[in-house]
Amino acid sequence: MFLINCPYCGERDQQEFKAGGEAHIERPKQPTELSDDEWAEYLFMRKNIKGVQFERWNHAHGCRKWFNMVRDTSNDEIKAIYKMGEKPPSQ
Amino acid sequence: MRNKYSVFSLIKNALSYHENWQRAWKDPAPKKAYDAVIVGGGGHGLATAYYLAKKHNMNNIAVVEKGWIGGGNTGRNTTIIRSNYLWDASAGLYDHALKIWEGLSQELNYNVMFSQRGVMNLAHNLQDVRDLKRRTHANRLNGIDAVYLSTEEVKKFCPIINTSPDIRYPVLGGTLQRRAGTARHDAVAWGYARAADAMGVDIIQNCEVRGIKRNGDSVEGIETTKGFIKTKKIGVVAAGHSSVIANMAGLRLPLESKPLQALVSEPVKPIINTVVMSNAVHAYVSQSDKGELVIGAGTDDYVSYTQKGSHQIVEGTLNAILELYPIFSRMRMLRQWGGIVDICPDASPILSKTSIKGLYFNCGWGTGGFKATPGSGDLFAHTIANDEPHKLNAAFNLNRFVSGDLVDEHGAAAVAH
Repeated sequence: MFLINCPYCGERDQQEFKAGGEAHIERPKQPTELSDDEWAEYLFMRKNIKGVQFERWNHAHGCRKWFNMVRDTSNDEIKAIYKMGEKPPSQ
Repeated sequence: MRNKYSVFSLIKNALSYHENWQRAWKDPAPKKAYDAVIVGGGGHGLATAYYLAKKHNMNNIAVVEKGWIGGGNTGRNTTIIRSNYLWDASAGLYDHALKIWEGLSQELNYNVMFSQRGVMNLAHNLQDVRDLKRRTHANRLNGIDAVYLSTEEVKKFCPIINTSPDIRYPVLGGTLQRRAGTARHDAVAWGYARAADAMGVDIIQNCEVRGIKRNGDSVEGIETTKGFIKTKKIGVVAAGHSSVIANMAGLRLPLESKPLQALVSEPVKPIINTVVMSNAVHAYVSQSDKGELVIGAGTDDYVSYTQKGSHQIVEGTLNAILELYPIFSRMRMLRQWGGIVDICPDASPILSKTSIKGLYFNCGWGTGGFKATPGSGDLFAHTIANDEPHKLNAAFNLNRFVSGDLVDEHGAAAVAH
């Protein structure tokens, strides 16, 4: 349980938010040309990092907007928050 | 030579004030090389080592554990054992485990306190009713005992449940698997550790894996905090940390690790005679032999390795518990904790070879691995020893995420995720 600084609404309790999993997984540009292995990679395989990870979050019980977060999964510390479409901060 | 536990050994040791019991397992330093190394000394890992030694004559093996035996998810789960899963593959896997549970205490010469008190799954809406009836039929076709109960029968089997029609999510019925039940979770790890150790398996605690050494497409050994260990076969049974180990070998897994919480109350006299699980409102509860209510809460939706979860998850579970069991309204909770569970997209486990020769993974049990401990160990040992899966775990290969042949058990996994 932690506080999240929504880029649109400010600091709110984590229970207002929905985690949306790993960020920056790009939808294949040519889905019809993908092999089964590439589909598996896109659909199912995840980094699941213990440490600093890039994630998508949604302010589900607030502004309902999506944004990105850099979070350390070993201690739940939030390192950075940035809007969709913005470049991820370099570590 | 391992001394046998019996009433005579109890009397003999009582005479010396229980100060001379033999160690249950040794505490060896790692050798330079082993025929196989199991990474992770939880129930599944120790069971794997035990069956490798017992059924496949692989005695020159080691289990490396970064903490201590019984300190991970083995000692954190809510001890529920059942096999009422929907699909044939799962039914085969989990009922194989349940059959081993039925003779496990005798086999290990260690009382794992297996208690077949039954597991009841409740239906709270019409879709639940249809799903649970379908699952009952599927179970019976697979030779798994299951009955569908009406609301009255639910009340009769477990009288403290509030079956009033005017609660928010009324009990419309349920299923009962009578062979299901609970076991003492850490005794399972201790029993397997002791039995494996007696057959020559080295159980190495406080030994964290730091790297996996590869030579092209095969493994050569593991780097640990206690030095390099040479081996041709590595069985990884690291639960929530499976992705971390996979990453060391350059392998990707379809897993997400999330905190799952549980809590126990103060001990009271026997009040609930079975295990009751309710997916729809997310509440499940049983009573330990010590008298504590053992309550399972849900997972958080974000990846975390912190072994603690969010408060609102516990609050939601307790709300549901209180509506279903008004009698518990003044109980005080004694302890609450979290464990890290590795969740697969189809809520089924992975017991599989990998693209790297000699590297095997047993993971993805998510929120419900404890029940499968003996079966998982047996089948994983078979997979490692023969370099081929047993027919019961063939469907649970890593390649199913490529072929699309998933085993979707979201309905039968008790924790919604």
